[in-house]
Amino acid sequence: MFELIGIPPQVLLGQLLLGLINGAFYAMLSLGLAVIFGMLNVINFAHGAQYMMGAFGAFVLLKYTGVPYWGALIIVPLVVGALGIVIERLLLSRLYHLDHLYGLLLTFGLAIIFEGLARYMFGASGVSYENPIPGGINLGFMFLPYYRAWVIVFSLVVCLAVWFIIEKTKLGSYLRAAVERPDLVQAMGINVPLMVSLTYGFGVALAALAGVLAAPIYSVTPKIGSEIIIAVFAVVVIGGMGSILGSIVTGFGLGLIEGLTKVFYPQASSIVIFVIMAIVLIARPAGLFGTQK
Amino acid sequence: MIARAMPWRDTAIRLTALALLLLAPAFIYPVFLMKVLCFALFASAFNLLIGYVGLLSFGHAMFFGFAAYVMGHTVKVLGWPTEAGLLAATLAAGAIGAVVGLIAIRRQGIYFAMVTLALAQMVYFYCLQSPFTGGEDGIQAIPRRPLFGVIDIANDLTLYYVVLAIFLAGFALINRTIHSPFGQVLKAIRENEPRAISLGYHVNRYKLVAFTLSAALAGLAGATKAIVFQLASLTDVQWQMSGEVVLMTLVGGLGTVLGPSVGAAVIITMQNYLKGLGEWVLVIQGLIFVATVMLFRRGVVGEIAALLKRAPASGGAVKPEAAAH
Repeated sequence: MFELIGIPPQVLLGQLLLGLINGAFYAMLSLGLAVIFGMLNVINFAHGAQYMMGAFGAFVLLKYTGVPYWGALIIVPLVVGALGIVIERLLLSRLYHLDHLYGLLLTFGLAIIFEGLARYMFGASGVSYENPIPGGINLGFMFLPYYRAWVIVFSLVVCLAVWFIIEKTKLGSYLRAAVERPDLVQAMGINVPLMVSLTYGFGVALAALAGVLAAPIYSVTPKIGSEIIIAVFAVVVIGGMGSILGSIVTGFGLGLIEGLTKVFYPQASSIVIFVIMAIVLIARPAGLFGTQK
Repeated sequence: MIARAMPWRDTAIRLTALALLLLAPAFIYPVFLMKVLCFALFASAFNLLIGYVGLLSFGHAMFFGFAAYVMGHTVKVLGWPTEAGLLAATLAAGAIGAVVGLIAIRRQGIYFAMVTLALAQMVYFYCLQSPFTGGEDGIQAIPRRPLFGVIDIANDLTLYYVVLAIFLAGFALINRTIHSPFGQVLKAIRENEPRAISLGYHVNRYKLVAFTLSAALAGLAGATKAIVFQLASLTDVQWQMSGEVVLMTLVGGLGTVLGPSVGAAVIITMQNYLKGLGEWVLVIQGLIFVATVMLFRRGVVGEIAALLKRAPASGGAVKPEAAAH
């Protein structure tokens, strides 16, 4: 095998794999943010907290009811998504006529409530979740744990399914129409407020799904949400929220770049996304796939 | 803002407030008062942007916290006098503000908030890894050298009056800015940016100057806090701190002159009383956030002003209807 500037391929590929996994979470979360923003014009600051709830949800299900990982993968997003719909109906829907900033402020408040509750219930150091598919396969040039392969494949499938639903189905066409002209779509007899609620619930469920996926990989602590959401905001600024495929590509791409930085210049790995964001803002303010409003 | 028609009432209120501030340490623990004043200045600086230009910065902790580090480093490690440290910290925060501002004002509205948050996170990671900040320990035991070589600020009571002077100077500068022709242009940008552009104003230049000024004053507040507590730490530069200053300003009243100071007093007092509750402080702060956004968006001062006028406050709060993109 090849060797790059003294870096053994195992290290390089190992970090690229980790980067790809981070990228999978960036992609799923920025996708949800973009879907919610498109429909509600709200930046969901609680997105990270809802991802964190997904991870803790899987833990609670396993510990207290014995529901295994595969059950959690379905139940947790449904429950957290339903909670999202309640939040949208009770709180968010009353702010649509105001400046968009109020939606951001509200969801920020919700995010710190959720994080505080999680710290109270599970402690700041958090819990660990057992890997449901232990073991792995030696590919000759690197060792690939089965679970990590599953995360990458599954998240890609989810992302592409979301893209397909929004861009290629009848339901998606209603959604896209309602983003452009909610009043006209309403006049056609489609219940737009219901669609808005379901969209928020769907975006939140996507975050919770990412959380369940993440539980066996990262240690589950109350602050995983706020840590990832800031990076995801940068991803969203880099990609622009106009395009579904754009969010997916940007998410995976930035994960890879972060992984590469860990190999070549580890000190910069935590800030590389933000540096890229600054460069993109200078060169192309609307984002790589965005259009300036 | 009190009606201009009654200048005597205005003056009377100001003199009373000044007298209360001067007498306060006789009744209340000075360190607590100084903390409130530092945060009041911080929140007022933040409010200059959200209240008068309509820019929501979600990263103001980077100026506050970084200036605290500069203060600690120059005074403790380099042995500079206190006033030189304050100046250096304020200038450093202003310089970061100018750079961050240049990048952030390329987007508006919600994107502006996300960009400032992300850039602040970058500053946070820099502070976490850079050797000069002392990492997790921070810079501790920052000496309180006599101010100008004569004023002994090791004494809490003396320091209180110094901090009060700093606060009043910063507050006066913000107030002056808001009511200057420059401030009027800022408000025009807040109300209708395209129209301000079409009137020939270089909107981005105005935004950048306002952002830099706000950053420098936030830095002054952070540096002052560093002398009061003799400590500069990661807490001051974390995203939670950026959230706290948003909360203070929101609770007090966005776009009101006194709101941020009132909000700072309310939140700091609450934190003081709830200290023993641990995790619940975060939950309660979140609940206050939600309650304020849902129920009284004008904040304490904004609601009182509205009650006094019996009409929607025209001079103040961010017009919720003004859509920002």
